[in-house]
Amino acid sequence: MRYLPKSDSERRAMMDACGIDSPEALFAHLPAAARLGRALELPAGISEYEIVDYFRRRAAENANGYASFLGAGAYNHFRPVLVDAVASRGEFLTSYTPYQAEISQGVLTAIFEFQTMICQLTGMDVANASMYDGSTAVPEAAMMAARLTGKGKALVARSVHPEYREVLYTYAKNQGMPVEEFGYVPETGTLDLEDLERKIDGLTAAVIVQSPNFFGVVDQVKAAGEIAHRSGALLVLIFTEAVSLGILEPQAEADIVAGELQSFAISPSYGGPFAGIIATREKHVRQIPGRLVGQTTDSRGNRAFCLTLSTREQHIRRERATSNICTNQALIALMATVFMTVYGKQGLRELAEQNLAKAHYLAGKLKPRFAGGFFNEFAVRLQGKTPEEANKSLLKKKIVGGLPLGRFYPELSDSMLLCATEMSRRPDMDALSEILGLAAR
Amino acid sequence: MIHNVRTHISQNEALLFERSSPGKRAYQLPELDVPPVDALAALGAGNVRAGIDGFPEVSEVEAIRHFTRLSTWNYAIDHGMYPLGSCTMKYNPRVNELVARIEGLAWAHPYQPEALAQGSMEVMARLEAMLAEITGMDAVTLQPSAGAHGELTGILLIRALLEKRGDPRKKILVPDSAHGTNPATAAIAGYAVENIKSTETGLLDVSALERIVDQDVAALMVTNPNTLGVFEENIARAAEILHAKGAMLYMDGANMNALVGIARPGDFGVDALHLNLHKTFSTPHGGGGPGAGPVAVKKALEPFLPVPRLKRSGKRWAWDYKRKRSIGRVRAFYGNFGVLVRALAYILAHGGPGLRNATVDAVMNAVYIRKRLEPYYDLPYGSPNMHEVVFSDARQAAHGVRTGDIAKRLIDYGFHPYTVSFPLIVHGALMIEPTETEGKAELDSFIDAMISIAKEAETDPQLVKNAPYNTRTSRVDEVSAARKPVLRWKGGEG
Amino acid sequence: MYPENFRYTKEHEWVLVEGDTGTIGITDHAQEELGDIVYVDLPKIGARIEQGGSLGSVESVKAVSDIYSPAGGEVTDVNQALADAPEKLNTDPHGDGWLVKIRLSAPEEIAELMTAADYRKYVEAEK
Repeated sequence: MRYLPKSDSERRAMMDACGIDSPEALFAHLPAAARLGRALELPAGISEYEIVDYFRRRAAENANGYASFLGAGAYNHFRPVLVDAVASRGEFLTSYTPYQAEISQGVLTAIFEFQTMICQLTGMDVANASMYDGSTAVPEAAMMAARLTGKGKALVARSVHPEYREVLYTYAKNQGMPVEEFGYVPETGTLDLEDLERKIDGLTAAVIVQSPNFFGVVDQVKAAGEIAHRSGALLVLIFTEAVSLGILEPQAEADIVAGELQSFAISPSYGGPFAGIIATREKHVRQIPGRLVGQTTDSRGNRAFCLTLSTREQHIRRERATSNICTNQALIALMATVFMTVYGKQGLRELAEQNLAKAHYLAGKLKPRFAGGFFNEFAVRLQGKTPEEANKSLLKKKIVGGLPLGRFYPELSDSMLLCATEMSRRPDMDALSEILGLAAR
Repeated sequence: MIHNVRTHISQNEALLFERSSPGKRAYQLPELDVPPVDALAALGAGNVRAGIDGFPEVSEVEAIRHFTRLSTWNYAIDHGMYPLGSCTMKYNPRVNELVARIEGLAWAHPYQPEALAQGSMEVMARLEAMLAEITGMDAVTLQPSAGAHGELTGILLIRALLEKRGDPRKKILVPDSAHGTNPATAAIAGYAVENIKSTETGLLDVSALERIVDQDVAALMVTNPNTLGVFEENIARAAEILHAKGAMLYMDGANMNALVGIARPGDFGVDALHLNLHKTFSTPHGGGGPGAGPVAVKKALEPFLPVPRLKRSGKRWAWDYKRKRSIGRVRAFYGNFGVLVRALAYILAHGGPGLRNATVDAVMNAVYIRKRLEPYYDLPYGSPNMHEVVFSDARQAAHGVRTGDIAKRLIDYGFHPYTVSFPLIVHGALMIEPTETEGKAELDSFIDAMISIAKEAETDPQLVKNAPYNTRTSRVDEVSAARKPVLRWKGGEG
Repeated sequence: MYPENFRYTKEHEWVLVEGDTGTIGITDHAQEELGDIVYVDLPKIGARIEQGGSLGSVESVKAVSDIYSPAGGEVTDVNQALADAPEKLNTDPHGDGWLVKIRLSAPEEIAELMTAADYRKYVEAEK
């Protein structure tokens, strides 16, 4: 087999050295009942060509050549070529967690740069080396808020990504953390602050909001923060569309920012792998979950980096760790770092402006359902057709339409969520609005 | 003496922020084909930022040089042996990278219509079925993002089943040789943790287990082979004890590389386990992630698996969200699909017989290292080992040389260190896992290096204690890093 | 090495009693075992602690060690200087590296603790 480097004679020599006469002897000590008495029922190995062919055929069964207006937590952004050029280098691709700092300065330096850029984008003081994804960063942020406040309850806005909320429930239920939802204003799509005021109390540890929220609307984070702080709760700010950070003002009211970096050159890849982050204030650093890289010096006095504050983590604190998370998403974080480097200060702004322009062009032809200002996603209400029916007609024109919102919001079953990015071409947007236009408004 | 390496120059490289200068750019966007929009008007004045303070501005050439230079400061499997115990650092086949980037797969949106995602769903269904066959279990979820996430999923499944039976119970038992994620997971899942001391031979203490297991115990989390690389010979008996009291057996599958094609957890009493696709199934570690941690379960736990589940609907695959006994989601969407593609490519490349041969080679390599290093290093537990071998630094410690020193010295010889000071039950542990990726020549030169260091520890302990010498970065001051954390670049101070 | 006027616990804490106040720290042996201390987590002033209860923890780069109170009482003072200079625990564990002061609620508890001579023997035996 091509992945196994030994010749038969080398195996023979090694078995001689081990004092055994057949490979079977290596397993002789296993209890017979535990042994698999047959071969695995799997086909024989195949060649590289056949593997590529198999996956090409599977890829052909997916959407190919469609224009897509789906967003909702996974966005269609161009991936600069440098991203894969860097991430494909074996030195990054095939290394492990940088526990041995002397021979891991490459990944450590990159992660330090990553942490710095996430701080610059979010306005926070400290960012971790990444989490699995945005959705799992939400319960981690909620648990962090609970540890910091000594309280146990979470209030989450209904305009937070529905699947993120589901993940929060799964974790919270077993932590004995009550979670309550508060609503959005039906006209604007922004937070229902009165509902928040009604539901918040002295036991609330975290108020969790998203901006731009699931409907694409730039939300009232500041007001929510003020309400949270008055009750002694922390404000957790979620983002799913990282490109928005290129243009939106960082929210000083946020105590913890948790988000998803998929937009930064991570291919949608049917939902993963992505990379999440948690960023916070300096004073909360001891409670942040996940890995952190810090600056130091080596014994010759050169600047060097290493993993630090590890006593928060599971391999040391075990059942009392801040989280059970072990991996970060180093390679994905590296891709995001290359992306942020390629676009840089001007580019990320320009990219954000293009997204804004494309989405507003499309929205100009289809009246958005909500009056709140939006970035690159917005909801539209259809008439005469359900969103599902409209999507069927669009597919015939090789267009994947928006996400039908009824799936997550029964009261919005007449609406779909559309996303336009720098990748959305004007003719496709025109075609989309022509077909939807008949039904919209 | 050290013939595996010689020094070569590596470029210095500043941080991006220090390289940055205003107006440089590495990007060009297409010309906007729609009218520009006034951000202030669209978003509201208070919502628009002025600029991103400190964000880098470099050219494309500087960007690629920056990251390429950084990459040369890293050791990787592609350089040589990476014998980190418990981590299974095997070759990451490049064809896996290619297929994961095929456009129809890489650009599949998680919400695209099911009719236009059949290829992705088929890949997942096929992988589920293959992992079920490999583990001897009845059902598999691919949703968890990594090993620890899989553990959490598995324990939540057990909790849900016990709850259904009337009582979720209070405790999870964990042997003292366990990975740190096990007790951390149990705590996150809302359980108290009780440690079980291993026997003198480093195995699960079945008689202690018999005494401890009662109506409060939800499950035992056990790694098999355990972190000493030893197969838990009484595993089936442990399962009987647990099952008799209504408790479950959870297996940490981190060490499945010792078992694939040889023994199946489902055949020795395991109720649920997670796999680490980035270990056993060759997906790249990438400097610490992404991974994937599928969970395989017996039939009784199947109704509780995370939503959505794949189901066959006529000739098509569909996502089933309506499963009222499900524990819910453990993450958004369906799992780390890109990692799943790579793992399936690995399984297809090996096929059934090939996977078994890989296991044989992995175990043979570890046994060979043990035989050859036993005369030089203390072996605290004598039981036959499988895919990894754990020595202690007892002999070298007599000269003041500890496992961490030997590890650093190994770097000078051109190898990544083994896992240091784990498992905790071995004082001064050297945990070595060669994997099947190493040929005889690489193993021999690793062994020669270890023997040479053992001799240095006797004749010149200080030499070992100050290592490494050949790296561009010498020993790093982790104490200052922790006392005065600097976690981001702060301008000129850096 | 170990001051005669201190009393010691099996978990390697010391306590110095002056009036109804007990000053608490970790022993030289404890700091030696832990290595370079990088962080100290201390209770809030006013917290009530039982004998054997947790007073917080000290951390080295790769270990966390709980501190157990040698006696019960209310925390009246904590050593703020350790936040910026945890290394004092290494350089002067029996002096500048003290951790907390408590108002003893049951001074008789002190009698149960080891004397310096006992503790020296205890440490020797542990080695």
